[in-house]
Amino acid sequence: MDVSTLDEASSAESAVDIGKVMPIAARNGCGRSGGGGKASCGSQAGQGDLPTEIWEKVKNHPCYSEAAHHHYARMHVAVAPACNIQCNYCNRKYDCANESRPGVVSEKLTPEQAAKKVLAVASTIPQMTVLGIAGPGDPLANPKRTFKTFELVARSAPDIKLCMSTNGLLLPDHIDTIANFKIDHVTITINMVDPEIGAKIYPWIFYNHKRYTGVEAAKILNDRQLQGLEMLTERGILCKINSVMIPGINDQHLVKVNKAVKSRGAFLHNIMPLISAPEHGTVFGLSGQREPTAQELKALQDACAGEMNLMRHCRQCRADAIGLLGEDRSAEFTTEKVMAMDVEYDLQMRKAYQAKVEEERLARLAGKQEELVELATNMSDINLMVAVATKGAGVINEHFGHAKEFQVYELSTTGAKFVGHRRVDHYCQGGYGEEERLATIIRAIKDCHAVFVAKIGGCPKSNLLKAGIEPVDRYAHEFIEKSAIAWFKSYLEKVQSGEIQHTERGEAAIRQAALISAA
Amino acid sequence: MPFKIIASQCTSCSACELECPNVAISEKGGTFVIDPKKCTECVGHFDEPQCVAVCPVDNTCVVDTSLPRYQARA
Repeated sequence: MDVSTLDEASSAESAVDIGKVMPIAARNGCGRSGGGGKASCGSQAGQGDLPTEIWEKVKNHPCYSEAAHHHYARMHVAVAPACNIQCNYCNRKYDCANESRPGVVSEKLTPEQAAKKVLAVASTIPQMTVLGIAGPGDPLANPKRTFKTFELVARSAPDIKLCMSTNGLLLPDHIDTIANFKIDHVTITINMVDPEIGAKIYPWIFYNHKRYTGVEAAKILNDRQLQGLEMLTERGILCKINSVMIPGINDQHLVKVNKAVKSRGAFLHNIMPLISAPEHGTVFGLSGQREPTAQELKALQDACAGEMNLMRHCRQCRADAIGLLGEDRSAEFTTEKVMAMDVEYDLQMRKAYQAKVEEERLARLAGKQEELVELATNMSDINLMVAVATKGAGVINEHFGHAKEFQVYELSTTGAKFVGHRRVDHYCQGGYGEEERLATIIRAIKDCHAVFVAKIGGCPKSNLLKAGIEPVDRYAHEFIEKSAIAWFKSYLEKVQSGEIQHTERGEAAIRQAALISAA
Repeated sequence: MPFKIIASQCTSCSACELECPNVAISEKGGTFVIDPKKCTECVGHFDEPQCVAVCPVDNTCVVDTSLPRYQARA
């Protein structure tokens, strides 16, 4: 691959490059104009400025609302193995139970097995509110299996939201079926709106009984994706756009993609970092195509934020993931275990549990508001990030040593905004020793000023301090935003009194695809 | 008669099964197989063999050279 041509092509394509994006991000994004607002989807813990009918659709969908993802869980059923396009970042052959990335599953299911699995999970995890079909191939390349599954689930568990994620090639053909099944969330993966760039991402598509390659393939795919998006918007179906950020190929171009999908009514844009480890055997993995850094990803997300909802809490999960976004409980629900379960669907129990979750959520919002009032008296331009160890529910409730990921919040005088997460779990091949694990964590949160934990040992504490990251355990089991704002307030006071000096932090590494199964 | 699937390369994605106009493809022992009695190389149906065109792994649906080509039988 000739990298210089790639660079040339992409810089001619758009005037924005990542270096230039950084200052824009600082001006535009985070914290200056309202803390969260539009910059991160549903970053506001409440309805915010969303119309009521849309809020009703997203308030307990973990993928469509950042606030919901702390409380509600989703599940994917792998009923759709076939695909009709080839992507250079995808290889569905590789299957490791400890591997977490899109397109990977441990076992395929029939619609009947899937429906039973949904009931089993819904009974065990009452905060599971969404069923998605996301592959491992493309749901619409397997229309019979996909829609049969939705039909069975809608009949036996009518309160569960139905959702699908597609490459969009066949979306216009199935739009009425989607609407009839009341699937009110559809995700389309759109990585480009320029077929020249598309040709570097998609080697071929299979369409109308023919294989198309190169620019011609990318053009058909993109036309169909945008047409599908418009048709979804017309029917009032909420649409999320997933884009894979591929440095040197479409990174700068995604600003243009963002504008194109926004103008066609997409509700949410999720820009995800490329996963390209060579051991996954993808074209990009083998060609040495690099992944973006955490800072590059955030700069691009900030540049796209503007008035568009931007998703920053995506965990790039497996096509058979189960649980809160940061966890994966799929190993508890293998077909063998599910088929042996005696499942009784208790809608009342689920409703009662979810009512409790809502109470918890309101308490969390109230706590945040309280601290915000306090913080409002401070005047400062300081803007920094902190990492949080949490098991969910919006509370600092995880031990530093047990954390599989850290959530990252950006703090400024306008509040605390969720801006992403960093995985720090063991990699599936062998894992790390304790010392190496600590180094991995420090690398992953190097851009943060502090890390909030429920508990932390003496040794990691001193290593973190040496690395310039303050371990904070005094807010154990309290709400994240409330605590982070309180800490930030005292930080600003210390800076103002001259007790400490504020410094900028370095760049951190993203470690995707390493989320190990919880079981 | 003539196409076969190289089992060691098959990802079991089932895409070929859904596209085959002759219903010649089915799952067997974890991967997919083509019934040589039903395969017509898509002659009379499409310009290109559908299993070859849709298969995500190159050179996995290939001509079975141990058997005569479909047209040769006609």
